[in-house]
Amino acid sequence: MKFIKFFLIVLILFNFNLAKAENENLKNEITKNLRCLICQGQSVYDSDSEFANSLKSLVKQKLDDGYKEKEIYDFLKDKYGEWILYEPEFNKNTYFLWLLPILLFLIGGAIIFKLFILKKN
Amino acid sequence: MKVKFFPFFLSLIFLLIFIVFFKGLNKSNIYAPDNIIEKKVPSFSGKLFNQEKEVNSSEIFAEKKFYLVNIWASWCIPCREEHSFLMELNRIENLEIIGINYKDKTDNAKSFLNELKNPYDLIILDKNGTISIEWGAYGVPETFLISDKNIIKKIIGPLNTDSFSEIKDLVR
Repeated sequence: MKFIKFFLIVLILFNFNLAKAENENLKNEITKNLRCLICQGQSVYDSDSEFANSLKSLVKQKLDDGYKEKEIYDFLKDKYGEWILYEPEFNKNTYFLWLLPILLFLIGGAIIFKLFILKKN
Repeated sequence: MKVKFFPFFLSLIFLLIFIVFFKGLNKSNIYAPDNIIEKKVPSFSGKLFNQEKEVNSSEIFAEKKFYLVNIWASWCIPCREEHSFLMELNRIENLEIIGINYKDKTDNAKSFLNELKNPYDLIILDKNGTISIEWGAYGVPETFLISDKNIIKKIIGPLNTDSFSEIKDLVR
Protein backbone atom coordinates (compact mmCIF):
# COMPACT_ATOMS: atom_id res chain seq x y z
CA MET A 1 0.00 0.00 0.00
CA LYS A 2 2.78 2.36 0.95
CA PHE A 3 4.56 1.56 -2.26
CA ILE A 4 1.49 2.32 -4.33
CA LYS A 5 1.08 5.68 -2.61
CA PHE A 6 4.71 6.51 -3.21
CA PHE A 7 4.41 5.41 -6.82
CA LEU A 8 1.34 7.58 -7.33
CA ILE A 9 3.05 10.63 -5.89
CA VAL A 10 6.04 10.13 -8.16
CA LEU A 11 3.72 9.70 -11.12
CA ILE A 12 1.88 12.92 -10.34
CA LEU A 13 5.14 14.81 -9.95
CA PHE A 14 6.34 13.57 -13.31
CA ASN A 15 3.09 14.58 -14.91
CA PHE A 16 3.44 18.11 -13.56
CA ASN A 17 6.82 18.22 -15.17
CA LEU A 18 5.34 17.16 -18.48
CA ALA A 19 2.68 19.86 -18.32
CA LYS A 20 5.39 22.46 -17.76
CA ALA A 21 7.49 21.14 -20.63
CA GLU A 22 4.51 21.27 -22.94
CA ASN A 23 4.00 24.94 -22.07
CA GLU A 24 7.66 25.58 -22.73
CA ASN A 25 7.45 23.96 -26.17
CA LEU A 26 4.31 25.90 -26.99
CA LYS A 27 5.95 29.11 -25.83
CA ASN A 28 8.88 28.49 -28.19
CA GLU A 29 6.53 27.71 -31.03
CA ILE A 30 4.51 30.88 -30.46
CA THR A 31 7.54 33.13 -30.12
CA LYS A 32 8.94 31.70 -33.36
CA ASN A 33 5.78 32.93 -35.08
CA LEU A 34 6.14 36.45 -33.71
CA ARG A 35 8.15 39.16 -35.40
CA CYS A 36 10.49 41.14 -33.19
CA LEU A 37 9.29 44.61 -34.11
CA ILE A 38 12.42 46.49 -33.17
CA CYS A 39 14.87 44.04 -34.74
CA GLN A 40 15.66 43.58 -38.41
CA GLY A 41 14.49 40.22 -39.72
CA GLN A 42 14.44 38.32 -36.45
CA SER A 43 11.72 36.46 -34.67
CA VAL A 44 11.01 37.06 -31.01
CA TYR A 45 12.42 33.60 -30.32
CA ASP A 46 15.75 34.42 -31.97
CA SER A 47 16.16 37.88 -30.55
CA ASP A 48 17.65 38.80 -27.21
CA SER A 49 16.47 42.41 -27.16
CA GLU A 50 14.59 43.82 -24.18
CA PHE A 51 11.40 43.92 -26.23
CA ALA A 52 11.72 40.27 -27.27
CA ASN A 53 12.54 39.14 -23.76
CA SER A 54 9.49 40.96 -22.40
CA LEU A 55 7.34 39.29 -25.04
CA LYS A 56 8.75 35.89 -24.15
CA SER A 57 7.87 36.32 -20.48
CA LEU A 58 4.44 37.66 -21.42
CA VAL A 59 3.70 34.62 -23.60
CA LYS A 60 4.83 32.36 -20.76
CA GLN A 61 2.63 34.24 -18.30
CA LYS A 62 -0.38 34.03 -20.62
CA LEU A 63 0.14 30.30 -21.14
CA ASP A 64 0.32 29.79 -17.39
CA ASP A 65 -2.92 31.76 -17.11
CA GLY A 66 -4.51 29.24 -19.47
CA TYR A 67 -4.60 31.25 -22.67
CA LYS A 68 -4.88 29.32 -25.94
CA GLU A 69 -2.35 29.84 -28.73
CA LYS A 70 -4.84 31.72 -30.89
CA GLU A 71 -5.93 33.93 -28.00
CA ILE A 72 -2.32 35.03 -27.51
CA TYR A 73 -1.99 35.87 -31.20
CA ASP A 74 -5.23 37.85 -31.07
CA PHE A 75 -4.09 39.68 -27.96
CA LEU A 76 -0.80 40.73 -29.55
CA LYS A 77 -2.46 41.60 -32.84
CA ASP A 78 -4.73 43.93 -30.92
CA LYS A 79 -1.72 45.59 -29.24
CA TYR A 80 0.76 45.79 -32.10
CA GLY A 81 -1.21 45.21 -35.29
CA GLU A 82 -1.06 42.33 -37.72
CA TRP A 83 2.59 43.00 -38.53
CA ILE A 84 3.71 41.18 -35.39
CA LEU A 85 2.49 37.85 -36.80
CA TYR A 86 4.73 36.13 -39.33
CA GLU A 87 1.84 34.48 -41.06
CA PRO A 88 -0.38 37.12 -42.66
CA GLU A 89 -4.11 36.55 -42.43
CA PHE A 90 -6.18 35.79 -45.49
CA ASN A 91 -8.07 38.99 -46.29
CA LYS A 92 -8.54 41.42 -49.16
CA ASN A 93 -5.09 42.91 -48.71
CA THR A 94 -3.31 39.59 -48.79
CA TYR A 95 -5.30 37.31 -51.11
CA PHE A 96 -2.92 38.09 -53.96
CA LEU A 97 -0.02 37.03 -51.76
CA TRP A 98 -1.68 33.78 -50.80
CA LEU A 99 -3.01 32.86 -54.24
CA LEU A 100 0.02 33.80 -56.34
CA PRO A 101 2.01 30.59 -55.66
CA ILE A 102 -0.99 28.45 -56.53
CA LEU A 103 -1.55 30.50 -59.65
CA LEU A 104 2.09 30.18 -60.72
CA PHE A 105 1.98 26.46 -60.04
CA LEU A 106 -1.09 26.05 -62.24
CA ILE A 107 0.41 28.15 -65.04
CA GLY A 108 3.66 26.18 -64.84
CA GLY A 109 1.72 22.95 -64.98
CA ALA A 110 -0.16 24.20 -68.02
CA ILE A 111 3.11 25.04 -69.78
CA ILE A 112 4.58 21.62 -69.05
CA PHE A 113 1.40 19.95 -70.21
CA LYS A 114 1.38 21.95 -73.41
CA LEU A 115 5.07 21.50 -74.22
CA PHE A 116 5.61 17.88 -73.36
CA ILE A 117 2.41 15.96 -73.23
CA LEU A 118 0.58 17.54 -76.13
CA LYS A 119 3.77 17.39 -78.19
CA LYS A 120 4.13 13.64 -77.63
CA ASN A 121 0.65 12.97 -78.85
CA MET B 1 1.64 30.40 -81.37
CA LYS B 2 3.99 28.42 -79.16
CA VAL B 3 6.89 30.77 -79.90
CA LYS B 4 4.87 33.83 -78.97
CA PHE B 5 3.40 32.48 -75.74
CA PHE B 6 6.68 32.03 -73.85
CA PRO B 7 8.17 35.55 -74.29
CA PHE B 8 4.79 37.00 -73.42
CA PHE B 9 4.61 35.00 -70.22
CA LEU B 10 8.19 35.86 -69.30
CA SER B 11 7.67 39.57 -69.79
CA LEU B 12 4.47 39.36 -67.77
CA ILE B 13 6.37 37.86 -64.84
CA PHE B 14 9.11 40.46 -65.11
CA LEU B 15 6.52 43.22 -65.23
CA LEU B 16 4.86 41.81 -62.13
CA ILE B 17 8.14 41.61 -60.23
CA PHE B 18 9.03 45.11 -61.38
CA ILE B 19 5.73 46.51 -60.11
CA VAL B 20 6.10 44.81 -56.74
CA PHE B 21 9.63 46.11 -56.22
CA PHE B 22 8.86 49.55 -57.60
CA LYS B 23 6.00 49.93 -55.17
CA GLY B 24 8.24 48.68 -52.38
CA LEU B 25 10.74 51.45 -53.14
CA ASN B 26 8.39 54.14 -51.94
CA LYS B 27 7.30 52.30 -48.86
CA SER B 28 9.02 53.17 -45.63
CA ASN B 29 10.43 50.12 -43.88
CA ILE B 30 9.99 51.70 -40.47
CA TYR B 31 6.91 50.19 -38.98
CA ALA B 32 4.55 52.51 -37.19
CA PRO B 33 1.35 51.04 -35.82
CA ASP B 34 -1.77 52.87 -36.89
CA ASN B 35 -4.23 51.21 -34.55
CA ILE B 36 -3.27 52.92 -31.34
CA ILE B 37 -5.39 56.04 -31.28
CA GLU B 38 -8.70 55.97 -29.41
CA LYS B 39 -7.90 52.81 -27.56
CA LYS B 40 -9.00 51.91 -24.10
CA VAL B 41 -6.47 51.83 -21.31
CA PRO B 42 -5.25 48.24 -20.85
CA SER B 43 -6.04 46.46 -17.63
CA PHE B 44 -3.07 45.39 -15.58
CA SER B 45 -1.91 45.24 -12.01
CA GLY B 46 1.51 45.94 -10.64
CA LYS B 47 3.52 46.69 -7.56
CA LEU B 48 4.15 50.25 -6.52
CA PHE B 49 7.63 51.68 -6.36
CA ASN B 50 8.86 52.18 -2.78
CA GLN B 51 5.70 50.63 -1.35
CA GLU B 52 4.60 47.09 -0.72
CA LYS B 53 1.28 47.65 -2.39
CA GLU B 54 -0.31 46.21 -5.49
CA VAL B 55 -2.48 48.48 -7.63
CA ASN B 56 -4.96 47.78 -10.36
CA SER B 57 -5.29 49.90 -13.51
CA SER B 58 -8.97 50.61 -12.81
CA GLU B 59 -8.01 52.31 -9.52
CA ILE B 60 -5.30 54.41 -11.12
CA PHE B 61 -7.32 55.96 -13.91
CA ALA B 62 -10.51 56.41 -11.92
CA GLU B 63 -10.60 60.20 -11.69
CA LYS B 64 -11.83 62.46 -14.43
CA LYS B 65 -8.64 64.22 -15.42
CA PHE B 66 -5.70 63.76 -17.73
CA TYR B 67 -3.07 61.13 -17.10
CA LEU B 68 0.37 60.90 -18.63
CA VAL B 69 1.86 57.42 -18.55
CA ASN B 70 5.61 57.45 -19.03
CA ILE B 71 7.69 54.29 -19.41
CA TRP B 72 11.21 54.92 -18.17
CA ALA B 73 14.33 53.26 -16.77
CA SER B 74 17.46 54.53 -15.11
CA TRP B 75 19.64 52.79 -17.68
CA CYS B 76 17.91 54.57 -20.55
CA ILE B 77 19.87 57.56 -21.83
CA PRO B 78 17.02 59.28 -23.75
CA CYS B 79 14.99 59.22 -20.52
CA ARG B 80 17.46 61.75 -19.08
CA GLU B 81 16.84 63.99 -22.07
CA GLU B 82 13.09 64.09 -21.61
CA HIS B 83 13.20 64.40 -17.84
CA SER B 84 13.11 68.19 -17.80
CA PHE B 85 9.90 68.10 -19.88
CA LEU B 86 8.31 65.76 -17.38
CA MET B 87 9.29 68.04 -14.50
CA GLU B 88 7.68 70.91 -16.39
CA LEU B 89 4.49 68.89 -17.08
CA ASN B 90 4.28 67.95 -13.42
CA ARG B 91 3.28 71.53 -12.62
CA ILE B 92 0.02 71.25 -14.58
CA GLU B 93 -2.89 70.93 -12.18
CA ASN B 94 -5.22 68.47 -13.91
CA LEU B 95 -2.49 66.19 -15.21
CA GLU B 96 -1.25 63.25 -13.22
CA ILE B 97 2.02 61.68 -14.29
CA ILE B 98 2.34 57.94 -13.84
CA GLY B 99 5.68 56.29 -14.33
CA ILE B 100 6.24 52.70 -15.35
CA ASN B 101 9.70 51.66 -14.25
CA TYR B 102 10.81 49.29 -17.01
CA LYS B 103 13.19 46.42 -16.17
CA ASP B 104 15.18 48.41 -13.67
CA LYS B 105 17.08 47.87 -10.45
CA THR B 106 15.29 49.63 -7.59
CA ASP B 107 18.49 51.19 -6.23
CA ASN B 108 19.45 52.59 -9.61
CA ALA B 109 15.96 53.97 -10.12
CA LYS B 110 16.10 55.64 -6.71
CA SER B 111 19.41 57.33 -7.41
CA PHE B 112 18.13 58.40 -10.84
CA LEU B 113 15.17 60.13 -9.17
CA ASN B 114 17.36 61.61 -6.44
CA GLU B 115 19.67 63.07 -9.02
CA LEU B 116 17.07 64.45 -11.44
CA LYS B 117 14.09 64.83 -9.06
CA ASN B 118 10.86 62.91 -9.21
CA PRO B 119 8.16 64.13 -11.63
CA TYR B 120 5.88 61.14 -11.07
CA ASP B 121 2.79 61.11 -8.88
CA LEU B 122 2.84 57.33 -8.93
CA ILE B 123 5.38 54.77 -10.10
CA ILE B 124 4.53 51.20 -11.02
CA LEU B 125 7.23 48.56 -11.20
CA ASP B 126 7.54 46.52 -14.36
CA LYS B 127 10.30 44.05 -13.57
CA ASN B 128 9.86 41.71 -16.54
CA GLY B 129 8.42 44.16 -19.07
CA THR B 130 4.97 42.58 -19.35
CA ILE B 131 3.04 45.68 -18.26
CA SER B 132 4.72 47.64 -21.03
CA ILE B 133 3.65 44.98 -23.51
CA GLU B 134 0.07 45.43 -22.29
CA TRP B 135 0.45 49.07 -23.32
CA GLY B 136 1.75 48.04 -26.73
CA ALA B 137 5.11 49.64 -26.06
CA TYR B 138 8.32 48.93 -27.96
CA GLY B 139 10.83 50.07 -25.40
CA VAL B 140 11.87 53.03 -23.32
CA PRO B 141 11.03 55.85 -23.25
CA GLU B 142 7.43 55.88 -24.36
CA THR B 143 4.64 58.21 -23.31
CA PHE B 144 0.85 57.94 -23.44
CA LEU B 145 -1.67 60.68 -22.80
CA ILE B 146 -4.93 59.43 -21.35
CA SER B 147 -8.24 61.14 -21.11
CA ASP B 148 -11.41 59.47 -19.89
CA LYS B 149 -9.73 56.03 -19.94
CA ASN B 150 -8.80 56.42 -23.60
CA ILE B 151 -5.31 56.74 -25.01
CA ILE B 152 -5.47 59.97 -26.98
CA LYS B 153 -1.80 60.35 -27.80
CA LYS B 154 1.20 58.08 -27.97
CA ILE B 155 4.79 59.28 -28.23
CA ILE B 156 7.45 56.72 -29.07
CA GLY B 157 10.87 57.88 -27.96
CA PRO B 158 11.79 60.83 -25.76
CA LEU B 159 9.62 63.90 -25.47
CA ASN B 160 10.82 66.93 -27.37
CA THR B 161 9.70 70.57 -27.57
CA ASP B 162 7.07 69.72 -30.21
CA SER B 163 5.43 66.86 -28.36
CA PHE B 164 5.76 68.80 -25.11
CA SER B 165 3.78 71.78 -26.42
CA GLU B 166 1.29 69.41 -28.05
CA ILE B 167 0.61 67.71 -24.72
CA LYS B 168 0.28 71.11 -23.05
CA ASP B 169 -2.28 72.21 -25.63
CA LEU B 170 -4.28 68.99 -25.32
CA VAL B 171 -4.40 69.15 -21.56
CA ARG B 172 -5.41 72.78 -21.35
